[in-house]
Amino acid sequence: MSSTATNQAKTTRANGSSKTPQAPLPRKRNSLAKGHLPRFAVLAIAAGALVLGAASSTLTGFSIASFAIYSAIIFVLAGSIITTVVEGPRRGKNALATYLVYGAFLLALIPLASVLFTVLQKGLPGINMHFLFHSMNGVTGAIDNASVENGTPVLGGAYHAVVGTLLITLWATLISVPVGMLTAVYLVEYGKNGPLARAITFFVDVMTGIPSIVAGLFATALFAVLLGPTARMGIVAAVALSVLMIPTVVRSTEEMLKIVPNELREASYALGVRKWRTITKVVIPTAISGIASGVTLAIARVIGETAPILVTAGLANNINANVFGNWMATLPTFIYYQIITPTSPTNIDPSIQRAWAAALLLIVMVMVLNLGARLIASLFAPKKGR
Amino acid sequence: MTSNALRRQGSKGQAGDKIFSGAALGAGILILITLFAVAIFLLIQALPTFTANPALITGGEGFASYIFPIVIGTVIAASIALLIATPVGIAVALFISHYAPRKLAAGLGYVIDLLAAIPSVIYGAWGYLVLAPALVPSYQWLAENMGFIPLFGGPASQTGKTILTAGIVLAVMVLPIITSLSREIFLQTPKLHEEAALALGATRWEMITMSVLPFARPGIISAVMLGLGRALGETMAVALVLSTGGLIPSLIKSGNQTIAAEIALNFPEAFGLRLSELIAAGLVLFVITLAVNLIARAIIARHKEFSGAN
Repeated sequence: MSSTATNQAKTTRANGSSKTPQAPLPRKRNSLAKGHLPRFAVLAIAAGALVLGAASSTLTGFSIASFAIYSAIIFVLAGSIITTVVEGPRRGKNALATYLVYGAFLLALIPLASVLFTVLQKGLPGINMHFLFHSMNGVTGAIDNASVENGTPVLGGAYHAVVGTLLITLWATLISVPVGMLTAVYLVEYGKNGPLARAITFFVDVMTGIPSIVAGLFATALFAVLLGPTARMGIVAAVALSVLMIPTVVRSTEEMLKIVPNELREASYALGVRKWRTITKVVIPTAISGIASGVTLAIARVIGETAPILVTAGLANNINANVFGNWMATLPTFIYYQIITPTSPTNIDPSIQRAWAAALLLIVMVMVLNLGARLIASLFAPKKGR
Repeated sequence: MTSNALRRQGSKGQAGDKIFSGAALGAGILILITLFAVAIFLLIQALPTFTANPALITGGEGFASYIFPIVIGTVIAASIALLIATPVGIAVALFISHYAPRKLAAGLGYVIDLLAAIPSVIYGAWGYLVLAPALVPSYQWLAENMGFIPLFGGPASQTGKTILTAGIVLAVMVLPIITSLSREIFLQTPKLHEEAALALGATRWEMITMSVLPFARPGIISAVMLGLGRALGETMAVALVLSTGGLIPSLIKSGNQTIAAEIALNFPEAFGLRLSELIAAGLVLFVITLAVNLIARAIIARHKEFSGAN
């Protein structure tokens, strides 16, 4: 054997079990692991960073935020520098990128957690039967002042806004779903990727990007031309919302219709069934779970829209169940106005409390719709087995 | 007799076929009409602004000098949002597609989608009542230590209701858009490219810079453009968070205004010429976001054939 010393060292472990009398070196680390940080190194660096972070945060006046920021900076710097020294610059760069990617994800969770926590913490005290089933009709600044001074419960609620939200969203759904579904049927079943179908696909994509306030202005301008400049009522808001909702419905329905296997259509045609019967009795029922979940997501998207309601339905303090006449309130505009123009300018707390309670109500609605969409999609999905 | 029966049945079905395909075609055309109607009706209602005496427009110097500062304000807010949301959004997308354990990835994607589900008015309320007060100390620090840069010129706002706060709230709202689109594209990177890079001894980060990012570049650009469209048109966050004023360079003082917030704040009381002014502002916003979206969609469409990105 003409092996060099290094080769011998490298093969030590391989030869360890052979007859060579050379004593195994249990303390020596595997040569393949040479130049690697041990696993506990990351934890050790993290612990060190936390200590140093706490120390430097205390120097500048301790706060949770500065503690977290200093610790994170120290950890990322120390971790990547130590990795660079021990494992080389390439792995150092890799470690830095890994820490930053993990950090970005944690950073993105902060606003989500903060928003949900704030809404729960500030909204829960305001939720009660009075809030849910009373409108703001007759609730004035004097009543709010009295409730603050005497410590009595806050009067006034969001019932009118809930009614408005549900009605306007219902009408928007009634407009958008037929138009959106028929368009998707045209794109998938009739358009055959012709110029018109491609134009529709393109403009539907563009429509998803229309700012919501522009959709509101469009509905206002449309009804102003039709009914005069002061036409503000629920149906105008519903038209504005359906401008926002139609593209979502088209896209989700289109995706779902596309994945219906062609064999189903062909089998139906082979039995002599007309195309429109095939579509309504075979294609759409197969895809209905996906379509329903897409529509639910579209509703969840528009139910929280504020800006288009602001410019189309105005604001009401009383219950108005007629979408074809008079101003209406919805939960988002209720929240907005309670914050921006408190009922009692001197004691804003009751208004803020109502705003957070309404925000909690709205977030619960949106979350229920989102979860509902997931449930519909998974529960009623056609079996995938082939 | 048989052929008669067949023909009779056939003609009955034919009517249904024609009605149904006609309805489908009609719905498709209705969408095209709607989009053009948006432009036309806004134009009709905005027309008085362009023909009116310039002295009667808010500010007294015509529509151009009225709209210019708020267009710039809109661009500033959207730029802040994108400067924050682009790197974070791409990193989060990478985390979900290439770093997180495979079993967790789908759930984590859903968590980020929740960010997109929260209504904008709630972000506005959060920015107004929670984020803005929390940022006041940082703004004061910036004004004291970085005040020589005009962007951080003091004295800092005492309420924290500044364009920087509005930009941060917008960044949170834009983040899920950038993340979900980038994630889709990252997942479509050819597995063989990734495995080839890893087999040559590349670290994970080298594999990402060599195979994933070049493949996804057009997709990332269009994701950022779509995010920009959202940030430009977002209303409530800015209307609630920003304490408005004239155009100023400092990001940490009250001031600046965006188009969408200008409309939302003034529309309820507006009538006559003011109303048409605001609708004209909406038209400008529509044109800007339309251009941004068209560019984004064109980039996606051009790279669609070989990336499958959408």
